[in-house]
Amino acid sequence: MTTPTSTPPPAGADDTAPPTETVRLAAVAADLQDERLIQPHGIGGTVRAFGKRVRSGDIGSLPVVIGLIVIWVVFSLLNPNFLSSTNLVNLTLQCAAVGTISVGIVLVLLLGEIDLSVGSVSGLSAAILAVSFVNLGWPLPVSLLASLLAGMVIGLLYGFLYTRFGVPSFVITLAGLLGFLGLQLWVLGSTGSINIPFDSWIVQFAQQWFLPDWLSYVLVVLTALAYAAQLFVTANRRAAAGLSAVPATSIVVRSVFLLVVLGVPAWYLNQTRGVGAMFLLFLVLVVVMNFFLTRTKWGRSVYAVGGNVEAARRSGINVTGVYLSVFMLCSTFAALGGILAAGRLAAANQGSGGGDTNLNAIAAAVIGGASLFGGRGSAFSALLGILVIQSISSGLTLLNLDSSIRYMITGAVLLLAVIVDSLSRRTRVSHGRA
Amino acid sequence: MAVTSTPEAPVGDLVLSLRGIDKNFGAVQALTDIDLDIYSGEVVALVGDNGAGKSTLIKILAGVHPQDGGTISHDGKTVSINNPADSNNLGIATVYQDLALCDNLDVVANLFLGHELGRATINEVEMEKRSWGLLRQLSARIPSVRIPVASLSGGQRQTVAIARSLIGEPRIVILDEPTAALGVAQTAEVLNLIERLRERGLAVVLISHNMADVQAVADRIVVLRLGRNNGEFKVADVSYEDIIAAITGASDNAVTRRAQARVDSADATAAAATATDTELPKEERP
Ligand SMILES: Nc1ncnc2c1ncn2[C@@H]1O[C@H](COP(=O)(O)OP(=O)(O)OP(=O)(O)O)[C@@H](O)[C@H]1O
Ligand SMILES: [Mg+2]
Repeated sequence: MTTPTSTPPPAGADDTAPPTETVRLAAVAADLQDERLIQPHGIGGTVRAFGKRVRSGDIGSLPVVIGLIVIWVVFSLLNPNFLSSTNLVNLTLQCAAVGTISVGIVLVLLLGEIDLSVGSVSGLSAAILAVSFVNLGWPLPVSLLASLLAGMVIGLLYGFLYTRFGVPSFVITLAGLLGFLGLQLWVLGSTGSINIPFDSWIVQFAQQWFLPDWLSYVLVVLTALAYAAQLFVTANRRAAAGLSAVPATSIVVRSVFLLVVLGVPAWYLNQTRGVGAMFLLFLVLVVVMNFFLTRTKWGRSVYAVGGNVEAARRSGINVTGVYLSVFMLCSTFAALGGILAAGRLAAANQGSGGGDTNLNAIAAAVIGGASLFGGRGSAFSALLGILVIQSISSGLTLLNLDSSIRYMITGAVLLLAVIVDSLSRRTRVSHGRA
Repeated sequence: MAVTSTPEAPVGDLVLSLRGIDKNFGAVQALTDIDLDIYSGEVVALVGDNGAGKSTLIKILAGVHPQDGGTISHDGKTVSINNPADSNNLGIATVYQDLALCDNLDVVANLFLGHELGRATINEVEMEKRSWGLLRQLSARIPSVRIPVASLSGGQRQTVAIARSLIGEPRIVILDEPTAALGVAQTAEVLNLIERLRERGLAVVLISHNMADVQAVADRIVVLRLGRNNGEFKVADVSYEDIIAAITGASDNAVTRRAQARVDSADATAAAATATDTELPKEERP
């Protein structure tokens, strides 16, 4: 007891007495000085802090990760082939197209808006690709560009209608769903189905291109190293600025964890065909989008508009620009998804982008943790959500159950995800983490 | 109502001058022919009853909605403020009555919203460092700047909103009821801050219903009543009663009646105490 106070300090409160407190504060990082801040100590403390966050509704992607594990355990018990390398390689390839569309859905959901027309737009894009490349004989890059451009223009149109007339995005894109389905059929013409030559590189890319084993491992290691370097640089800069920084051991642990999380699946996929180029493209899109959302001013303004439009507007954010850019990106991602799907099918037909494409893309974003209320979610929601949906689909196919059951189960999972979203939102509000 | 006493020429320059401002919302004429001068190095208090049009007037300056009539001149040049960015470019920073924070973003993100530091990517470290500096200057009691503002108390949120107005070197700071939700210490800190802003030569517009705060820091008081100018006073030579009279539009108003009632009952109690029988004073009331 070093406090030179005359009043007897309460037991166990030796470092809260005023004179020592000031001494203590000087040595503590600027962001840790409030004595009410609960600081985790050691691994046990970190785990407890995590548990506390979960109970207060700040659950992030935890439910979907747990859900994914449950789904995988159940299906592998029902059919051991489910977790075979061959099946998982197929699973990754099935994820890529709809997953790409889902990245765009995450963006509009972040604004608290919706795009119901992504299926039709992806179908239209596939049709434009096939017709211009096969029937009109355009060079493939030009055809691809035309498809993407169509998506971009459609998104701009949505954004214009939304910002100019204030029509709810639900209605605009519902009209788009019908209108662009019609356009798709018109573009395809009387044949209704066009095959894309098997030797064109878009089909090769979607069906045949896999990373060589060594390249997949190099990419895994480079990713983990980049992650570690970025954590390390941030920690140094924070320490230099007098703020609390992540300790070096924690950086090492996190990076090794990432190395394992990426390396083990890569190794397992490499047992058969390996990591598909199309799946890699999807992963890269997710990571790049995550970077833009979390690190740039544009991303910050997307979250701000989703959280409180009026506040965003008053702080000088170009709200119209944010809406335009997001609707445009969403439709462009839809068009890209349509291109990937056409490549994988080596054809575009009247069913392209139809069926469950639309609903799967939207469901994936929501299941992955993008909130329907806006302002919450991440690019990784698309990845996690589409993994869940395609796992269910693949597992049920292996069990020879037909699509009727698949729709019902996917519907139930979606409902569950929305309930989890609403519940966690309510808990967050009551725990002050909304 | 003619309690107008022309204020002496203030020390600073005339930075912002409003003439004949009109604003209506559909059938409601919220502002009619409002004049307001804002000088650097001076705190002007804008007072008036609920619905007098104070928030509407400052929202015109903040670019939230444009005026329907009248002119605004800045440093002698006529300007039009069509959006919040225009207002920002004129060096006007506003703390809104409804705070205008994004609940899903953390404190740092809210403080720098629309003005993030860094070029290609956001410089979070520098932003967090400056946030702590700013919050400490306001004696803010905020445990962490990395939690969503939704989890802060009303007063903490208000402190964040005030701190936000100080980012980006404003020339004019407008505060719409900044101390309404603050604790005693934080209120004092905001009043200190207002005085510091004045010393630094900034122009401050303060809206408050708390006459003690107004009299403590303001140099000049502008009264609005039912959307019109209703008097302008130098704080040094106006009494509390005069201000209240200008706000309510009559020397006989609810405030004076309450005060009178208190005096009466005190007299009555005194009378009752001196009387031989100790009857309750209420019996002596009419
Ligand atoms: N966006 C709006 N739409 C319609 N009417 C409005 C709007 N904003 C303000 N008004 C009206 O304008 C008048 C002035 O409102 P204002 O908010 O400026 O009052 P105030 O002086 O700030 O009052 P308080 O002290 O309660 O904050 C009120 O009659 C209000 O109903
Ligand atoms: Mg007001």
